[in-house]
Amino acid sequence: MKILVCITHVPDTTSKIAFTDGDTKFDTTGVQYIIGPYDDYALARAVELKEQTEGSITVLNVGTAETEPTIRKALAIGADDAIRVNAEPTDSLFVAQQIANAVKKEGFDLILMGRESLDFNGGMVHGMVGELLGIPSVSPVMTLDMDGFTAKMTRETEGGKESIELDLPFVAGCQEPIAEWKIPNMRGIMSARSKPLNVIEPTGNDQGATLEKYELPAAKGAVKMVSADNVQELVDLLKNEAKIL
Amino acid sequence: MTKKAIKGGEFLIRETEAHEVFTPEEFTEEQKMIAQTCRDFLDTEVYPHLDEIDSMKNPDIMPNLMDKAGELGLLGTSVPEEFGGFGMDFNTTMLVSEVIGGGHSFAVALSAHTGIGTLPILYYGNEEQKQKYVPKLASGEYKAAYCLTEPDSGSDANSGKTKAVLSGDGKHYLVTGQKMWITNGGFADIFIVFAKIEDDKNLTAFIIEKSFGGITMNEEEKKMGIKGSSTRQIFFNDCKVPVENMLSDRQNGFKIAVNILNVGRIKLGVAAIGASKMIANKSTEYANERKQFGTPIANFGAIKHKLANIAVKTFASESGHYRASQNIDDAYNAFVAEGINPGEARLKSLYEFSIECAILKVHGSEVLDYCADEGVQIYGGMGFSAEGPMDRAYRDARINRIFEGTNEINRMLCIDMLLKRAMKGELDLMGPAMAVQQELMSIPDFGADDDSTLFAKEKKVLRNLKKAGLMVSGAAVQKYMDKLSTEQEVLMNLADMLIEGYIAESTLLRVEKMVTAKGEDACAIEIDMMKIYMNEATEKCVLAAKEAIYAISEGDTQRMMLMGLKRFTKTEPFNLKDARRRVADHMIKENKYPF
Ligand SMILES: Cc1cc2nc3c(=O)[nH]c(=O)nc-3n(C[C@H](O)[C@H](O)[C@H](O)COP(=O)(O)OP(=O)(O)OC[C@H]3O[C@@H](n4cnc5c(N)ncnc54)[C@H](O)[C@@H]3O)c2cc1C
Repeated sequence: MKILVCITHVPDTTSKIAFTDGDTKFDTTGVQYIIGPYDDYALARAVELKEQTEGSITVLNVGTAETEPTIRKALAIGADDAIRVNAEPTDSLFVAQQIANAVKKEGFDLILMGRESLDFNGGMVHGMVGELLGIPSVSPVMTLDMDGFTAKMTRETEGGKESIELDLPFVAGCQEPIAEWKIPNMRGIMSARSKPLNVIEPTGNDQGATLEKYELPAAKGAVKMVSADNVQELVDLLKNEAKIL
Repeated sequence: MTKKAIKGGEFLIRETEAHEVFTPEEFTEEQKMIAQTCRDFLDTEVYPHLDEIDSMKNPDIMPNLMDKAGELGLLGTSVPEEFGGFGMDFNTTMLVSEVIGGGHSFAVALSAHTGIGTLPILYYGNEEQKQKYVPKLASGEYKAAYCLTEPDSGSDANSGKTKAVLSGDGKHYLVTGQKMWITNGGFADIFIVFAKIEDDKNLTAFIIEKSFGGITMNEEEKKMGIKGSSTRQIFFNDCKVPVENMLSDRQNGFKIAVNILNVGRIKLGVAAIGASKMIANKSTEYANERKQFGTPIANFGAIKHKLANIAVKTFASESGHYRASQNIDDAYNAFVAEGINPGEARLKSLYEFSIECAILKVHGSEVLDYCADEGVQIYGGMGFSAEGPMDRAYRDARINRIFEGTNEINRMLCIDMLLKRAMKGELDLMGPAMAVQQELMSIPDFGADDDSTLFAKEKKVLRNLKKAGLMVSGAAVQKYMDKLSTEQEVLMNLADMLIEGYIAESTLLRVEKMVTAKGEDACAIEIDMMKIYMNEATEKCVLAAKEAIYAISEGDTQRMMLMGLKRFTKTEPFNLKDARRRVADHMIKENKYPF
């Protein structure tokens, strides 16, 4: 089975978010980058599947050369080789097209990625890739097991769970607990240096969207804690201070 | 000057250039990934279980953690690939020690296993012993402990009473004796045990498997800190050790113990820096969160002062550690290129820099205690509460000044080693010391220095600090000759000057290298940190030198030396308050130790 795992290169979840250049650029000073956490789970599941069924794992990232340490980390975790599409992505469709092109060229059976990235949280790429390739796409997938060419999956739905069976090929947007999160081990890290990382130029449309401005959410107001058995104080506050009663 | 030509201890008499030192800014992507793996391991496997680990209720928890670390390869970083490890350079293994150093009791268990537990066999074992034990130690299948200390033999490590008696058939040694304070004792499979054969003057080392029998132990020691690290008294009663399990030659044990401690020391130092960084991170976060008088305590100058000092000392000590570890790697590579076998080359390179190893052990452990103490203070009442993180950090920090040779022993060692090298003609201390004497007699040069080069003033301060050190040591040697070793107070003063000189120089060279790469503007905070440290080092040297001068001289000689000291420790006024504020403000903005 040939698995493609698409990964994003996103700021660490604890990063301080700030903007520069008149709020048109993300301020990257001091920011650490990681594999998108949902993508990380997708990759971890791919590694587990590979252990069970044999096959190969390719990781793909649409990004500039700055994302290579993140890609190397994916190789250290267990991918066999990597593709970097050399472009700065600002648009989900553009990214989906690059992925679809790679799949058409290389022929993957299973395309995994996170349910959404952790920077722009679009959550659209998996659907678009499915559409562009004319194959099913499922998200958010919480468990995925292979039985020959058929996958058994569970998907989170509003307030419930859906069980699905689907034949390869398809696209899945993943989230925990699909796999056990993996820390790259020393052997993986050392072998990552010699695994192929192929850089290809983007094809297809120019990116449609242009960015105008970023804005931080308004700072949260102060919170006043009221003990659960002090209802009277709460009522007073709502009446006299918040003036909403 | 080639890298190989840098000699241990030579920093005192030679001006090192910035391009000759390695700085942590130069770690490769791969090394950073290794560090991140260590951080991820602590975050997922260790930090969520700190209370459970320290409670010692589950005896399996530490060996299980070691197994998991083994699966990730963390136990085999310094082991060559042919013995199941990853053959990483010394610098990388230092980085692993640094990050894991923030892991409280687990850090101690891991470092005892990979360091004093594994390295004696790796460096001194014969081929068979290495093949038999090292791969299993590198994977974690075997866990190791190191048994040197005894109830009556602590700092005086060669005085142990444990005996090894050859059996009648000549096939075994029967080992009998009591060992104390043995880290990992409770779960170790392999013990490196030091014992005496007949009336030998020196110890002999043995590899003892738990399965050999004749081993019993006391309950876990109740300790102030690192409560989750197993520490046992172990009794060997006619423990039957096959003769082929003698490690290296008879009477070579003390040498093994001493040489292995060189590695242990620098690694302990860097682990302490890892722990200091953790305290720096937590203290900054808390200072930003905690509000008093309607504002985060991070806005108070007194708190900024503490945050900045924590960062400055950590940064400075870190500079020294990686400078030395790269020197050790360079020396190793040079020895290997000369045809020396890798095991021996490792030992020789560590021995070459044993003065630096002792310096760094002392400095790292004392920086950590400073940080832990101020960390508690920044947390206030929460610092004293067992619910907060500083309680554990404070208690766990303290052991580092005691084991791997107490800081007193290490202070004396670094001066002792320096003088021995001078005596052997390996280091020319005499020439420069005489030159300083000459300078003392001559008229001070008020001439205009060339201030145009980068950090020219700071470099001059540093050159002069070294002169002050040489002046005082020279006088002490002249006064006491071979009795100097009994004047420990003076030795401590000399050691303090040596330590501060090394760390100040390392910090200056690191920042100079950073500025060369990125420009002064991008390194403004680091420049502040360097200047703050230079000031601190100078003040400490003044104090130490004065004490020594008062003790060793009187009359005209004393007056002349005091004048010399004044001349050699002259600095220009520098607004430390503002500089510390800039450092702290940067930490506060980043909400962490960002260097
Ligand atoms: C938690 C823990 C774990 C340990 N793990 C191990 C281990 O795994 N293996 C092992 O072999 N040992 C281990 N040790 C032992 C440790 O290395 C010794 O405790 C240490 O070397 C000091 O020896 P001591 O306790 O006998 O103190 P002492 O030697 O009695 O020292 C007491 C004081 O006297 C000072 N002093 C001693 N001699 C001199 C001198 N000549 N001049 C000036 N001052 C002097 C010391 O600096 C110290 O301040 C461990 C100890 C502890 C507490």
